[in-house]
Amino acid sequence: MPRLIRWKDGRAEAAEDPFTAVADDEVVPPGDVIISLTRFQVEGEHLLGQGRQVGVRVEPDEAVEALAYDLPRIAVVALAFPKFRDGRAFSAARILRERLNYAGEVRAVGDVLLEQARFMVRCGFDAFEAADGATPRQWAAVATRFHHVYQRAADGREPAFAERVRA
Amino acid sequence: MVYAYDRIDERMLADRAAEFREQCGRRLAGEITEDQFKPIRLMNGLYLQLHAYMLRIAIPYGTLDGAKLRALAHVARTYDRGYGHFTTRTNLQLHWIKLRDAPDILDELAKVGLHAIQTSGNCIRNLTADPHAGATADEVDDPRIWAEAIRQWSTFHPEFSFLPRKFKIAVTAASQDRAAIRVYDIGLRLHRDEDGALAFEVLVGGGLGRTPYLGPTIRERLPVKHLLSYLQAILRVYNRHGRRDNLWKARIKVLVASLGAEEFGRQVDEEWEASDKAAADLPDTELARIRAAFAPRGFDTLPRVSAAFETLEADDRAFARFARHNVKPHKMAGYAIVDVSLKAPGETPGDCSADQMDLIAGLAERYSLDEVRVAYEQNLILPHVRLDDVPDVWRALAEADLATPNIGLISDIIACPGLDYCALANARAIPIAQDIARKFADPELAETIGELKIKISGCINACGHHHVGHIGILGVDKKGEEYYQLTLGGSGEDDASIGQILGPALPADKVTGAVDDLVAVYLRERQGSERFLDTYRRAGLAPFKEAVYAEAH
Repeated sequence: MPRLIRWKDGRAEAAEDPFTAVADDEVVPPGDVIISLTRFQVEGEHLLGQGRQVGVRVEPDEAVEALAYDLPRIAVVALAFPKFRDGRAFSAARILRERLNYAGEVRAVGDVLLEQARFMVRCGFDAFEAADGATPRQWAAVATRFHHVYQRAADGREPAFAERVRA
Repeated sequence: MVYAYDRIDERMLADRAAEFREQCGRRLAGEITEDQFKPIRLMNGLYLQLHAYMLRIAIPYGTLDGAKLRALAHVARTYDRGYGHFTTRTNLQLHWIKLRDAPDILDELAKVGLHAIQTSGNCIRNLTADPHAGATADEVDDPRIWAEAIRQWSTFHPEFSFLPRKFKIAVTAASQDRAAIRVYDIGLRLHRDEDGALAFEVLVGGGLGRTPYLGPTIRERLPVKHLLSYLQAILRVYNRHGRRDNLWKARIKVLVASLGAEEFGRQVDEEWEASDKAAADLPDTELARIRAAFAPRGFDTLPRVSAAFETLEADDRAFARFARHNVKPHKMAGYAIVDVSLKAPGETPGDCSADQMDLIAGLAERYSLDEVRVAYEQNLILPHVRLDDVPDVWRALAEADLATPNIGLISDIIACPGLDYCALANARAIPIAQDIARKFADPELAETIGELKIKISGCINACGHHHVGHIGILGVDKKGEEYYQLTLGGSGEDDASIGQILGPALPADKVTGAVDDLVAVYLRERQGSERFLDTYRRAGLAPFKEAVYAEAH
């Protein structure tokens, strides 16, 4: 099983991944699975009825809003980075957290690189399949390196303008 | 009068400098390859050019003080070849940097609140603003207040650091556009609505490059308190829907043009209405804090006219010419805005030596309330000079070859670094600019010709703004030879327009002659007080084309 980096309470830790990522042309195996949005729209109801955990992989050209009514039943939303330069999933993560109030796991999958750690954490991702083999220790170092932030995002960090009022 | 970084802002720069030092260390130690390092260095303004690394240092909204300019001089002298290049984005580029020095340079810059954050990469780039901000009578507010608010909001923005393409914002609050807002990804024009409240006109999707567009207005009156939530909505629509399959179609201008401004504006409104505006917008207390930093300070009550100025103007023709072209009216009686020309004929447009920077820093401290501005035309400005002091400032500038009286005239040429430095260029831009400037070096002749804006780019990326030059010159590659395509009738100002192609591209040695032909046609055809641009717009392309290509027939 691939090693996951999980982000919780300002810390990164290694975790086993209980989910199997299933491609559209594969048979769904037993256990917890992550399937595509297209497949979820056809088979989701059936799979959830089997009492297992279901995650949905959303590609950057798909709108996360399509999941709005299913979110309470979905254990993982896996947002895909086909290339690290493709930043659409950053918007998708914030919409999931801040607009759709999704409380489940938001996982970064695909070309997920260490240098993006702090942006991903700020946008509300809390699980990472690091493509460059980054360790949780490295991940945490990059995610927490900056002492301040200038804007509100999905991580609830206090922005500079609020710190200034308090100071 | 200039926003001073507080402990939070300083800490942000220090954290970034430390991060970059570590990243450079990993590269120098061979732990990461150049391929892996490239996106990292590009997040911090470090480019690999034809001959060396180039570091692009941000000058937020073109505002400097003496200490910052001295730091730039020090860095140019210590780590480069003793000069720097001011760009059309009001940044400073150092073209001969060694990678191992880059972290030290960033440390030196951070000491005075300078940095290279977001001067490259597909993120929200360093902002530009009206270089006359805080000094001109024709503004409704100081646009730098809003530019600083946007600077902070856009710095390390977690959602918008991997956009489809780079993203540039320009802000003005004046009736005359000196920031070229119609050719920016977002142009913001601050004005007062019917009720007297401050509001932004929001233009989106302007830009130059391969497909030039003038940005359409998507909102006439955005209440200023909603600036950041509205920008977030624009950026989010662009981040989600801008094209990523083709580098040449990835700028927001292509999205706006393909959807139409109305539909794009509708999508922005829909996103904006769905968002939590209060979470994104700055509280009034923070805006007040930033506003206070830009409050006018240090002006004396002076008579409207200065005897010292007027006497010299009457006695000295050279000073009178400088006063006509390089001295602009100030909002305060007895003060003037003084243009420092970085366009001495024969020099590289926008280049400034370390010694010149030190001199200008000294003049700013002594005569201009410690302020210097960078204009996108690649000149510097001393924004708050007493009329009484203009003669002394002029003499000091003239001694350093910085007082060429050519602002807005034919030798005040914009040119990108071109093939002399840039890996993207097809042709050199600097020698063409130098040759034209030498040809028209006679100030009498330049003044007779009047306002004429020549803009030169070494490739289609249009860093030299050729599309909006009254005469635009674009370097192209023809079977390995440098050729130049001329365009006429562009403008980046209030009467913005995209230039029309004159005819087939010309070899390098024919360009100055062609400009001479164009000027001759203008001088022959002009009526009354028409500028070159006005004559072109009235008479059309034909007489100009005929003159330039007559020999070929």
